[in-house]
Amino acid sequence: MWRDSLRGIYYIALKDMRTYYLKPPSLSWGIVFPLAWILAFYLRNPRGFEELVPGLIAMTILFSTTAAEAVVINFELRLGSLERLLLAPISLPVVLLGKVLGGTIFGLMMTTVITIVSIVVLGLHPNFLYLILIIIPSLLVFSSLGSLLCVLVKEVFEAQTLLNLPRFIMIFLCGVVYPVSAMPTALQYLAYIMPLTYTVDGLRHSFSIASSTMVFTDTLVLIGFFILFIVPAIKLLYKKFE
Amino acid sequence: MKNVVDVKELTKRFGELVAVDHINFEVRKSEFFGFLGPNGAGKTTTIRILTGLSKPTEGRVSVLGLDINSRIVEAKRHIGVVPEISNLYDEFSAIDNLLFMAQLYGVPRTQRRKRAEGLLKTFGLYERKNNLFRTFSRGMKRALTIAAALIHNPEILFLDEPTVGLDVVAARSLRNLIGNLHQQGIAIFLTTHYLEEADLLCDRVAILVKGRIIKIDTPKALKAAAEEESVIEFSFGREISELIEDLSNKLPEVKIATVDHNKLRIYGGAPTEVYDSVFSFAKGKGIKIQSINSIKPTLEDAFIKITGLSPIVMAIEKGGK
Repeated sequence: MWRDSLRGIYYIALKDMRTYYLKPPSLSWGIVFPLAWILAFYLRNPRGFEELVPGLIAMTILFSTTAAEAVVINFELRLGSLERLLLAPISLPVVLLGKVLGGTIFGLMMTTVITIVSIVVLGLHPNFLYLILIIIPSLLVFSSLGSLLCVLVKEVFEAQTLLNLPRFIMIFLCGVVYPVSAMPTALQYLAYIMPLTYTVDGLRHSFSIASSTMVFTDTLVLIGFFILFIVPAIKLLYKKFE
Repeated sequence: MKNVVDVKELTKRFGELVAVDHINFEVRKSEFFGFLGPNGAGKTTTIRILTGLSKPTEGRVSVLGLDINSRIVEAKRHIGVVPEISNLYDEFSAIDNLLFMAQLYGVPRTQRRKRAEGLLKTFGLYERKNNLFRTFSRGMKRALTIAAALIHNPEILFLDEPTVGLDVVAARSLRNLIGNLHQQGIAIFLTTHYLEEADLLCDRVAILVKGRIIKIDTPKALKAAAEEESVIEFSFGREISELIEDLSNKLPEVKIATVDHNKLRIYGGAPTEVYDSVFSFAKGKGIKIQSINSIKPTLEDAFIKITGLSPIVMAIEKGGK
């Protein structure tokens, strides 16, 4: 049973990579947008660019995972091809996890490229174990957030519109550009209920000398966010098939 | 195991609407079972429940002895499903679609390509195995969708309106393919609103109207029941559909169904009385009678007798034959 489920998740993820992710719109949202954003900040202040790297990686994680994730489920529901997957001997959670894994793998590819280029070009020395402990759960969190918002709405375009709101709020409030500690208290509280805050925080720890406890705390919080997004996404998808 | 599908008191409600209403039936091993009814009768809802896409509100359903509420994933290993829409992946070639299905169904790696190519040959698509699904004609898409449902050698094949929207040649070719599959011993559950399709292919037929099964029998037995009364077909010189009500008032004890805009069939009644009444009606309205035929009942006639519905209604609902 577990073998069947893992096989289903793997092949659905591979199929989605081929069908949706390795296409120009996903690539542009996943890489071009974060790069353009950071370039703007670099041109403004080239000296402190190292400090922007965790934010750049966090944005790449956010945009690459959610680029297609927020539309694929509704798109396939409309075409009837999601039903095709559900006719196979796998459960609905397996289908959804396959979709989430597709976004995660794509995000991992994009993030790996950005991270390696940043490290090589700027001569940085991060703790790679910490990086993995933050990047992997973050990819799962934002991929599941995309799928949750996708199953919340009926139309393909509604999901993209809906997703833009948390995406842009997170960019400004979660420490990507400005440190959370420098923001007014009310906004700091808001930042701490958003997953990107823990991604940026964990990445900053990975690029500095930090205790493992701080990184593990961020990892645990991110795993909590993943559960918080994936469980209702599964329940809502079940509802669509009632 | 005698039955591959067992359905007891199956009911499906969508809010106030009762789509399927306490139906009971079974599909026997290697049987070709037809589910016949107009749009909205509950055919697709039933097939979605049997294949695990939807949950029943009430009742018990087992497929190959496995309860679909608790063991649906296990049951799905042994069933193939062809939905009403050909829902394979447009961006994949024919062979890639079949290989993807083989992966999902856990077909051993060493057998995947062999099986996929074998099915493409059976369905006459081998020459186009590397062409994208989106470039296929409607008939070829249907054929490939059926091939995809067979990739794991299922014991039962569920077909939901497989020939809807196909031209006459493609539909005939597909019916031959489906007939051949049945001869190989696969049990087939077919939903259709095409009466001649059910007549041609099915061992037994369930007639479903408004969520209820009205009758289950062999097409032969259903036709035999219809033979108990006369069926006379009249062809007129002009459109007569607006005059049916007048004629019904003249012949209250018979059932009248329009076959075409200028053609109708009268079921039951004493033949001489029917002839006399129609002649005098036509004379009174100044309509010329072009032909009269006393006809042997078809499954369509049996359907009309049992349901009181016109088969034209079903054809129009689905976009015609």
